[in-house]
Amino acid sequence: MNFRRFSLISVPYLWLFILFLVPFGIVFKISLSDYAISIPPYTPTLDLTEGWAGFKAFLSALDFENYVFLTEDDLYWKAYLSSLKIAVFATALTLLVSFPIAYGMANAPDEWRPTLMMLVILPFWTSFLIRVYAWMGILSQEGFLNQFLMGIGIISDPLIILNTNWAVYIGIIYTYCPFMILPIYATLEKLDPSLNEAAVDLGCSRTSSFWLVTLPLAKPGVIAGCFLVFIPALGEFVIPSLLGGSRTLMIGKVLYEEFFANRDWPVASAVAVVLLLILIIPIVMYQRNQQKMMEAEQ
Amino acid sequence: MRRLTWFNTTSLTLGFAFLYLPMVILIIYSFNESRLVTVWAGFSTKWYGELLQNQAFLDAALVTLKVGVASSTIATVLGTMAAYVLVRGGRFFGRTLFSGMIYAPLVMPEVITGLSLLLLFISIGLDRGMITIVLAHATFSMCYVSVVVSSRLVSFDKSLEEAALDLGCSAFEAFRLVTLPIIAPAVISGWLLALTLSLDDLVIASFVAGPSSTTLPIKIFSSVRLGVSPEINALSTILILIVAVGTISASLVTKRAVKRRQMEEKMAGD
Repeated sequence: MNFRRFSLISVPYLWLFILFLVPFGIVFKISLSDYAISIPPYTPTLDLTEGWAGFKAFLSALDFENYVFLTEDDLYWKAYLSSLKIAVFATALTLLVSFPIAYGMANAPDEWRPTLMMLVILPFWTSFLIRVYAWMGILSQEGFLNQFLMGIGIISDPLIILNTNWAVYIGIIYTYCPFMILPIYATLEKLDPSLNEAAVDLGCSRTSSFWLVTLPLAKPGVIAGCFLVFIPALGEFVIPSLLGGSRTLMIGKVLYEEFFANRDWPVASAVAVVLLLILIIPIVMYQRNQQKMMEAEQ
Repeated sequence: MRRLTWFNTTSLTLGFAFLYLPMVILIIYSFNESRLVTVWAGFSTKWYGELLQNQAFLDAALVTLKVGVASSTIATVLGTMAAYVLVRGGRFFGRTLFSGMIYAPLVMPEVITGLSLLLLFISIGLDRGMITIVLAHATFSMCYVSVVVSSRLVSFDKSLEEAALDLGCSAFEAFRLVTLPIIAPAVISGWLLALTLSLDDLVIASFVAGPSSTTLPIKIFSSVRLGVSPEINALSTILILIVAVGTISASLVTKRAVKRRQMEEKMAGD
């Protein structure tokens, strides 16, 4: 192997190794430590001046106590469950909102499509924080939505939406729907219209040809979109802390507060490790789905 | 049968209204005279004036811009190298680990990335500040860059590189003279993506930033936690307009480039 090839490989490799992989090792190590009032706020710290004995003492002081604590304290497993529930429900709602949009885009005239695509992508380039913030002014009690609904006489008292889970759902649907629309659109766009025509010729109604032909063929896109929404939604922090209320329990927010408000680094690290373990399953499933799609194309 | 039924038209109209109305409302209310953001009290640009007077926001904007340019440039170099290694590198020790490390950060929750990087910086004794934010941002954006660049590398004809090598180019010259010009659009869009990600990031930055290196998203977040404010509406409007103008002009430029290439190909064919 020549030197140039070696350095080409090793520079990005080492960068990711040190700044991505090693930090996880550190998180895992600290999750086995104990909280202490010191700097840094955990114990034990590795003392290499004592050589092998110091290392052995360090190892023996590590334990899984924090993980036991996570199962014992209601807050954490409730937060995991509630994040899972919110992420599943929000993904389903995002699918319901996004599918008709993607379907409409796929049926639009050819010359409109690049513009429609750009209109879907444009919000993605706009600050996430600002898009979430925009809803604060709309959903509050004196906000735009309540003014509008009361103005046209649908409701007489303002709805309380901001600082509830509903606001979190709306925030997730709004910020993540481009991730759902684009993969679904990509599969629908490639779909051969003559398949539907054949189904109709053979006696299907338009509706049943949608259920029997279009939907099964769009499945890979739907699955990809669902994972692209579900995975980040599970660890979401900004949306629950701006739109959710004090009763909205999401694990990303719990982790953030454990670290910054309680300064309990070992517990925060344990929360992170468990979240990562939960996420491995959908991530692997997502990659399988992507591989299947690639193989189907070839 | 591709046709716009009433159902398609309605879902497109409602869908795009849902996507854009919140931002339109935000922009309209940034010109509201009243401090009470929900009550319309007449047209005014005074919040833009107040924003320009607010030194803390201006400082934060400057920090964000510096971090963004530095981190996206590092990310582009590293990400392009990584993409080249993944697509053209052949087999080497730990290739699976390498591609795993490229794809994993894309789906990693930000709270975990932020926490782990902070713990790394503390354990090696690196003071938190602009440098730590640049390192953090470069790390996760290089993965996005490498995904964008590698999709371009996969799709172009490898024999062009081989021809350059046969004609006496060194490997580096072949990269510089043949490969780089061809993948340049992907490299540029990778850089823009990395810049956007960096300018936008709140969670990772709030873990790894020091007290003297507040970025704009951190500043915005800490003030919107207290509620909606007209200055933030004005700031958001400016940011939305910058992105809209940037994206639309970029797409017009690419459209024109594609048209010109089609013309040239047609003329070459005649």
